[in-house]
This record gives sequence, C-alpha cells and structure tokens, in this order.
Amino acid sequence: MKRALNILLLAGLSALLLAGTSMAAGSLLIKNGTLLTVTRGVVARGDVLIINGLIKQIGENIPAPPGVTVIDAAGKFVVPGLIDSHTHIALAGLNEGTEAVTPEADVGAVVNADDTGIFTALTGGVTMVHTMHGSANPIGGPNVVLKTKWGRPSEEMLVPEAWRTLKFALGENVKQSSRTILPGGPPPRYPQTRMGVNAIIRRSLEEARAYMAEWDRFEKLKASKTPPKALLPPRRDLRLEPLVDLLKGRMVARCHDYQATEALEFMVLAKEFGFKIAAFEHAWEAYKIADELAAAGIGISVFADSWAYKMEAAEGIAYDAGYCAKKGVLVSINSDSGERIRRLFNDAAKTMKYGGLSETEALALVTINPARQLGVDRIVGSLEAGKQADIAIFNEHPMSALARCDMTIIDGEIFFDRAAIVKAREDGTKKGGRP
Amino acid sequence: MSARNRRLLALLPLFALLAPASGRTLPAAGKVVAILNVRIVPVAGDDIASGTILIRNGRIEALGAGVDVPAGAEIVEAKGLTAYPGMIDGYSFLGLQEITGVNETVDNRETGRINPQVWAIEALRYDSMHIPISRSNGITAAIVAPTGGVVSGRSVLIKLDGWTNREMVVKNPAALQIELPAIRGARGGGGGLGQRGGGAGVQDTGRILAELKDLFAAARAYEKRRNFARKSPAVAPPGFDETSESLLPVIKGEVAVMIAVHADRDIQAAIKFVKEESLRAVFYGAEQGWKVAADLKASGIPVVISSLYAMPPVWDDGYDQLFMNPVRLAQAGVKIAFASGSAAEAKDLPYHAAKAAAFGLDRKTALRAVTLSPAEIFGVDKEMGSLEKGKAANIVLADGDILEQRTTVKAVYIDGKPCDMSSRYTELLDKFKKKGERK
Repeated sequence: MKRALNILLLAGLSALLLAGTSMAAGSLLIKNGTLLTVTRGVVARGDVLIINGLIKQIGENIPAPPGVTVIDAAGKFVVPGLIDSHTHIALAGLNEGTEAVTPEADVGAVVNADDTGIFTALTGGVTMVHTMHGSANPIGGPNVVLKTKWGRPSEEMLVPEAWRTLKFALGENVKQSSRTILPGGPPPRYPQTRMGVNAIIRRSLEEARAYMAEWDRFEKLKASKTPPKALLPPRRDLRLEPLVDLLKGRMVARCHDYQATEALEFMVLAKEFGFKIAAFEHAWEAYKIADELAAAGIGISVFADSWAYKMEAAEGIAYDAGYCAKKGVLVSINSDSGERIRRLFNDAAKTMKYGGLSETEALALVTINPARQLGVDRIVGSLEAGKQADIAIFNEHPMSALARCDMTIIDGEIFFDRAAIVKAREDGTKKGGRP
Repeated sequence: MSARNRRLLALLPLFALLAPASGRTLPAAGKVVAILNVRIVPVAGDDIASGTILIRNGRIEALGAGVDVPAGAEIVEAKGLTAYPGMIDGYSFLGLQEITGVNETVDNRETGRINPQVWAIEALRYDSMHIPISRSNGITAAIVAPTGGVVSGRSVLIKLDGWTNREMVVKNPAALQIELPAIRGARGGGGGLGQRGGGAGVQDTGRILAELKDLFAAARAYEKRRNFARKSPAVAPPGFDETSESLLPVIKGEVAVMIAVHADRDIQAAIKFVKEESLRAVFYGAEQGWKVAADLKASGIPVVISSLYAMPPVWDDGYDQLFMNPVRLAQAGVKIAFASGSAAEAKDLPYHAAKAAAFGLDRKTALRAVTLSPAEIFGVDKEMGSLEKGKAANIVLADGDILEQRTTVKAVYIDGKPCDMSSRYTELLDKFKKKGERK
C-alpha cells in the first residue's frame, strides 16, 4: 500500500515536472499587441496564448495560466513568423556544377546549423526558410525546409510536414553564360543554350519515366500470383529516383527561371510528364505570362525589385510581384540572400508602391503565401488557433519602413530577443568588454 | 474596395493634371505654378499642415499657409498629398551602370590604382533606364562616382533631369574619389563583399596615405616648376602630367576629396591626413565611425553613410551595427547623409534613412540626411535640399512619408518642371497589360 502510494506520488510529481518543463519550453502569453493574423483580419489589441508550441487561443484579456511567461506587446505588432521561400542559408554546399543533371545531390545532407545566416534570418522575423540547391544545373537536387532554430542541431530544424521539392534551373546560369572558357581548360559543359537546357531536362525525364516503368513492371510481376522464377529487380539509379518521385507526385518542382519563354516551355514539359510546378523562382518576366501562370496554378517566388544584375534580369520590373498577385498568381517575396533575408518585410512593402497591394496582401507575400508554396499553410503562415506558434513581434507595422523586429518566436520558444541582446551589450560595455 | 483605394481613385483626375504628356518643356518666362492645399515638409523650418507653394521661373517664390496666388497661375490641386524637397543621393553609380553583370554596360571602374584624371560626367549615360526610376521615387539629384583603385576619379553632382549629360550637371567635379582598404576580414559592409576599397595590391592604409602624400608633393613640385618656367624662358616647362594636373585643384582646396574609409583606425589616420594636407573632405562609408565618433565630430568632416543593404563587417560589433552607426554618429554631432551606392537600387535611397530611423535615428535627422544635409555636404544648399524661398523648385508630392516603401510618389518637379513619371518599369508593365486586349 505504502509502496503504491509512493509510486503514485512519484508519478504525480513527474507529471508536474513534465508539465512544468513543457510549459517553460513552448508556452507563452503575448499580451496587448496589435495582431496581424493575415488570414483572419487585424485585432487592434489582443492576446495570443501559446501552449506547448501551438497557438492555443487568440483573443482579448486571456488570463495567464500558471507558469506561462507573459510578453508585453503593448504598442507592438504581432505577426506570423516570416517565411522565406527561397534562400541558401544554413548549407555547407549548394551547387554540384560539374555536371548538368544531379538530382542525387541533396542539400538536406549538408545542413549547417552553425551558419550565422540562421541568426540573421531571426533578426528580420524569419522563422522558416526553404533553403535550396543552387542554380548551376538544369536539374539540381532536392531542397530542404527548415525552421530557423539558431543554436539547435539541424535535425530539430527540419520541417517534416513540408512538401519535398526538387530544384530545376533554366537560362543564363545553367547555360554558363558568364563562364570563361580558357585555352587548355575544361571544355564547355553541355548545355550552352536554352534549347539544350530544355533538351537535357526532357531527356532526363524520359529516362526517369522508363526507369519508373521498369520498377512498376517489376513490382507488378513480384506481386502477381505466379511471379517468374528468375525475376530480378532493376538496378537502382539514385540519380533518377528523385525524378521518379517527381513524376509520381511525391515531390514538386521549384524552377529557377528568368525569361517568359523558358518558363512557358518548362510548363509544357510539366504537362507532358505530369508533374507539379509549385513555383518559378525569380521569374522576372512572370508579369508577361501572368494569365498563363494563374490558369496553371503555378506560383512565383520573386525579388521585390533587385534587378538589372544580368541580361536576363534586364526586364525585371518592380511591379512583377504585385501585378501577378492581382492576376491571381500565388506570389511570395524571397531573399535569396543571407543579407536581404533580414529585410524581407521591407521588400514585401514595396509591392504597395509598385502594384498597389494592401498592407495585408503585402504581408501575405512573406507569410501565408510562401507557406502555401511549401505545403505548410495548415501549420504556419498566419495567426490561427491550432497552428504552430511561429511569431515575430515588430515595433511598428512590418509594412512600415520604420519597423524593426524586436522578438522572434518559434514553436512557442523565443529565439531572438532584441532587448536581451541590447542589455547584454550594455552590461558588457560597463565591464569594459565588447560594445 | 478599401478606403485607401477609394482615396486613390478620388485623386485620379488630379494625377492626370500632374503628369502632362510633354512634361519636359521649359517653363515659359515668368510662368507661375501654384501647388495648393498641400501639406509641406520644408525640412528647413516647421511643417505646414496645409499651404501653397508658388513656383516662378523654376524657383520657389513663396510657400506657406497665407500665400496669395497670382492671376493666371497654373493651379495644381494637391489636397491629401505632402510636399517634400527632392532627395539627394550621396553616392551612386547612376548613368555609369546599366546591367552590372554585363561588362559592356559598366563604366564606373577604371583599371589601375591612380586615376584622378577621369571624370564621371564624361561617361554618364543620361538616358539610363535607372534614372527615371529613381526620379519617380522622389530622388532629384545624385552624386555619381567612379570607384576602384586608390584614386578612382572625379565624381559629379547631377540633377536627375536633362536631355544631355552636361545639362544634368549641378556641380562638376563634386569631389575627387579616394578609396582606402576594407576592414580587415570584413564579410559584409565596411568595404567587404562588393565594396572592396583600396584596389588590388597594397592593402596597408599607412602606405597608401604615404603614397598619396608623395603624389600631392609631386603635384606641388610640378606646379612650382611649371610656374617658374613661365617666368624664366631659360627653364624648360615640365611635360604634361595628368595626375598632377588633376590633383592640383584638390590640393588648393578648390575641389573636395571624398574618401571611402571603413575601419576605426583608418578613419583616425584619414582625419590626420586630411588635416596635414589641408583638404576639404567628406568621408564615405565610415562603418566603424561610431568607435571614433568624437574624433569625427572634432574633425568637422561629414560622413556619407554607405548602403545599409549589407551585413555588419565584424560579427562581434553586433547584428545591428550598420544600422546603429548613423544613429551614433548623428548623436555625436557628425553631419551624415545617406547613399544608395548603386544604380539599379538608387531608388531605394530613402529606405536607408528609414532603416536607421527604425533603430533610433531621429526621424527629422533621417529625412534631413537625404535632403538638406547632402546639399550642405556638397556645397549646394543655397540651391537645393529644402523647400525655401529662392531655391530651385525640386519638389516631391507623395501620398505619405517619402521614407516609406508603402508611400507612392505622385509627382516630381525639378527646377519647377513636372517630370515624366514613366520609366522602364511602367513602359514594360503598360505593354504587357495590353496583352489580353491584343489577342
């Protein structure tokens, strides 16, 4: 009896402890902020209750459960954590440029949790990134979706709910326009034209289709009532397997493109081979084919206005994002840069000037829209009960140029707190240390 | 329809008025334009909640709440808009770069280390596609600077309007451009990625400054000999030396030097150099200026802050170091101006000021640092930089704060002329908007 009581006591105690730790680790109450939910309008003065990493409740005058840290957001703007649909941060390598087709080269294998780019992202309110294979190859490799949990091992950053995406690239980078061929040096890599780029992608898709058929035939025979005695599986081809996943709908394409023609031709391939293009990257001429993109349900992940850095970006007008959004294209603004990532919200605001989007529409370009492009809109991208508590707090409306990110929260945990950094700096100065 | 859109719609007839098709004709002699019912932020002096700006012969004749409008004046109704002085970019590559990755279109970087003989104005592509984009965002003047090497050449201050390069000149040369090395190990701003100073080869600031002193001494000797030869027919004049010829106006203080300098110790060394050589100087960059703000203040040398679209050069200085630098410099009493350091992104000038404001720079100082302060730094504040009686009518009409991305600039006047608001952006957009109609 006494022993049973002890066990009960122990169990009760550990339950309490567990509850205590979990409360501390992923539970917060954000009080009295202006809530920009993105999908459910604006709450002029409201609270967000986070329990165990999830948004439990959005409302007014929510009492703080015991043990839950309260964050005073009076006068501040509480928004969904920003999502960058196209970056290359947190990687130990991103281009396998020696060959044109390298679907086996997976950036997920080289995630670098120590990259300070992760911290930089947090300072701009970015909580999730689609960190991508480079654009050196017509078919690059799989990309990875991460939460910017600075200080944690890379496994904790992975977002298992996200779609698996495969990087394609078209145009100047893959035809190596800027590469100088030196006498005696390596010869030019095929392809060197947009014709060749399309041809090599087509060839690879044909090979993948044939490989897929071989496996389908094998699996079918193996499952039959009387499998042939000498039935051997096809030789595995790691290069073609991601393409098979694409053709079977287990992956989606994310395609770096600049010019309208190459995008339209890639859409022809997608239709012919039956795969999904989640988004075109950069897409500086998307405004020329906005209707076609909208009709095909293909998104674009673009810069706000960084243009004229190469020939194929010479018609990249700042109206691209706003105009396409109004035409019904799913648009996100990306950074593609370890520096621009900390002002992604400033870039989104430019679509109000160029394109006439509203504040909410502009904010959507860096929150719910990229979430939809990554297949994670059910779990992040807006402030809604039940979603994961990825949240940024700004001193001003994030579509204001005067906005500054003061706090970034992921899964209910604070990963960036400007006030704490400033305080530590001031304390350090007093001790004669670093400013 | 949102309230904002309804407001915009109500303003539509007004914009038609503001953007005449010709847009570029010189105002007739004595022509008077009156901008009515406009909120005025003159930068010099207090804001005026609602008033009139009177323009005669391209100059501001009067502004304020109680201004009488003469009969026959062209009326611009600007209710709901705010008038600002045109902004001035403290350092850009406008007209010297079209497409940065296409070398054929890039003219801002001469080869070699010592090039005081080159003039930005002589390569300035006056119909660059980037100029109307900047102008239609409220930028009416810009420093256009050559870069690279140690002595990069002579910059020019232009207004962003004109049918030829020479028509655009406000002040030529604006300065002789000198570049000192990047902060050692810099990874972002501060002469890091894409902003490499000091050129190839020598990266030691002390040696570079000593080399400059030698060049200046040689130029002085050259002039002495040349003058002596003029008086003494027995003495052969020196052969033409373009380096010395180009440096003499700087040595004499007729032309300022703009020194790109980044690290704290280099700033101190550059201050000493400027003092010893008795130069008129402006610093560009000064990313670690906050560490020697008192020295900067004491020197009286103003600072053109380089683009804030960069990473902090030194990680340990803090993630926000580049944003805090202008705040700390201004607080120390150093005169600052902002700059785009770009052609394609020159239109973003106001957002650098806004970024510093987000991190604590007084908002009035931020606005001043893209208007009156750069005008003062480059010695053209009698002509531009604020809305004041007698100054050139460089006026921006906007539907909000011009430092904001979300604000739309509705009209821009340069020397009293309404500017063409179309650009590469609008031309391409308009072309493809017609796509559906043509089918």
